Amino acid sequence: MRRARPLLQLAGPIALVVAAALLGTTVTRATEIYFIDALVAVSMVVALYVFVGNSGVLSFGHISFVAVGAWAAGVLSVPEAEKPATMPYLFDFLSETTVGNVTSLAIAAAVGGVFALIVGLPLMRLSGLAAGIATFAVLEITNNILRYYEKIGPGLNTFSSVPETTDLAQALVVALVVIVVAFAYQQSRFGRQLRATREDPAAARAVGVSIYRQRLGAFALSGALAGLAGGLYVHFLPINVDTVYLNLTFITLAMLVIGGATSLWGAVVGALAVSALDSVLANAENGLDLLGRTVEVPAGTRIVVVSALMALVLIVRPSGLTGGRELSFSLRRLRRRPA
Amino acid sequence: MSDFLRDAVDLQVQADAIGLGAIFALMAVGIGLVFGVLRLVNFAYGQLIMAGAFALAFASDRGWPVAVGIALCVAVVLVLSLAMERVVFRPLRTQSAAVMLIATFAVSFLLQSIALLWFGPLGRTAASLASLNRPVSIGDVEIRKITIVAIVSAAVCLVLLVLLLNRTSIGLHMRAAAMDFDTARLLGVRANLVSMVAVLVAGVLAAVVAVMLTVQFPTVTPTFALRETIIVLAGVVVGGMTRLVPATLGGFAIGYASGVLGGALPSNQSQYLPSLVFAAVILVLLLRPGGLFTRGVRTVERV
Repeated sequence: MRRARPLLQLAGPIALVVAAALLGTTVTRATEIYFIDALVAVSMVVALYVFVGNSGVLSFGHISFVAVGAWAAGVLSVPEAEKPATMPYLFDFLSETTVGNVTSLAIAAAVGGVFALIVGLPLMRLSGLAAGIATFAVLEITNNILRYYEKIGPGLNTFSSVPETTDLAQALVVALVVIVVAFAYQQSRFGRQLRATREDPAAARAVGVSIYRQRLGAFALSGALAGLAGGLYVHFLPINVDTVYLNLTFITLAMLVIGGATSLWGAVVGALAVSALDSVLANAENGLDLLGRTVEVPAGTRIVVVSALMALVLIVRPSGLTGGRELSFSLRRLRRRPA
Repeated sequence: MSDFLRDAVDLQVQADAIGLGAIFALMAVGIGLVFGVLRLVNFAYGQLIMAGAFALAFASDRGWPVAVGIALCVAVVLVLSLAMERVVFRPLRTQSAAVMLIATFAVSFLLQSIALLWFGPLGRTAASLASLNRPVSIGDVEIRKITIVAIVSAAVCLVLLVLLLNRTSIGLHMRAAAMDFDTARLLGVRANLVSMVAVLVAGVLAAVVAVMLTVQFPTVTPTFALRETIIVLAGVVVGGMTRLVPATLGGFAIGYASGVLGGALPSNQSQYLPSLVFAAVILVLLLRPGGLFTRGVRTVERV
């Protein structure tokens, strides 16, 4: 019984994500975009969860790992012939190299992970509010550099000519990979040690857990997954430096908080639920056919609803829709875990 | 480099930088005051200023007198501040600082997207105070009137605030709450009143800042004051979050520094200014978590 339950916890998120992808195959191409988008969001939010959920430390900086992943994959996969026109100032080694789809995703993950590791070396000494602000500073710095440094990317311009390889199947595969890695991590001794530091830092330290090292490990892993998600993103939409900035930071944090920040199940549920809501509203902004009547809401309603929902969840149910618990079919889940 | 030095000591650049520093200092006080009493980093402070700026634009669209516009601006900001305090801050008072930060992040996006919905991405123009942009000659230097107005109003606001904090009983209560909220409550400080007053005072300052900023940047968009707020937050952290004076100094310093550097550096260098500023934030958080301008005992352990 004890061995079966962890796998059951993995089955929930996987089933949900696969179901979303299957549903995506039944709709028109125009609607399929929303499903792909939702799966990319799952990857990003689960990546964020690996650090924030397990450590209990807030990070506003994860979108910078998504951004560098996207930059790495995007710059490297634009065909060589196109590069002088769209990105004339690139470093030679970047403009002379072009890699395939899978390689570019792997590089995105590697770049995200290494960047997170370097950033984490000093930053993981901080916690609480200081960590929140410092990671926010990382987001600002990364954004500022990507915005103006044209030797490593398109600068202010939107990426163009990046092969749009992220289809439903690929988005699903990456989302599943990210979920399985996140799950394996949280079942591992490192994941458990980090969760121990979240629940009681003093006790964790007393039994010999190094808070700094566990956080740093999770931060780097989480950065790698975020970089991977960024690679997926750049192959999906023509993005620019503002796509991977405050709004995305906000939306992914909102998804995690609304779903329940302390469980993988919560991360997946939050990402899919908010994406679903977001897509319905996006459709409604263009006029939605609902039971024969056309419902139209003004453009911009989406963020109003999502941010109001996020504030509401924080006030009414700070542990999120799932209560921050893993999916479980036993009646025991009704009893609250001691905090 | 000599060009840089010449531009940096140019009196006009200096005057503009001090004016910007004064506005940033007011914002820093608004953020620092709320943080001191509620231990809450108000990410949505910039959106209060944005709302006030839209009120000014609304009034100037209709050709209302300047005084009415300013009154409307103050009213809108105060009502919003109170609503924010009542609906979001108060229920979350017992939550961790990180949760409150996320919540104000949400409020900030909420207000910004409501503004987007209401006024569109291009926003409105607030032009009724544009005459303040005209320069006056002092000696052989031309200084814009708004710079003088900004410096004077910042000074007046700060003096009034110091009087409020040091000479009234509610000020005493606020200082007590900032030092130790729970103990202050035990000793009879009314928590809700104190947090309301802190938020209201911060709101008045936001309204003043809205007036100053709309003179310099008359186009009011939903992202109005967003950049400024982020920079001021950085300045407050660098100066020292937990005390009002260091926080204000930090806000002033960052405004002054960006004014001087922005005015004197060529744009291909000044575009990386935010990176420098935020790198400084990280350094200060790591090396002097209490802030640059604080001395003595660390009141809050942040590392």
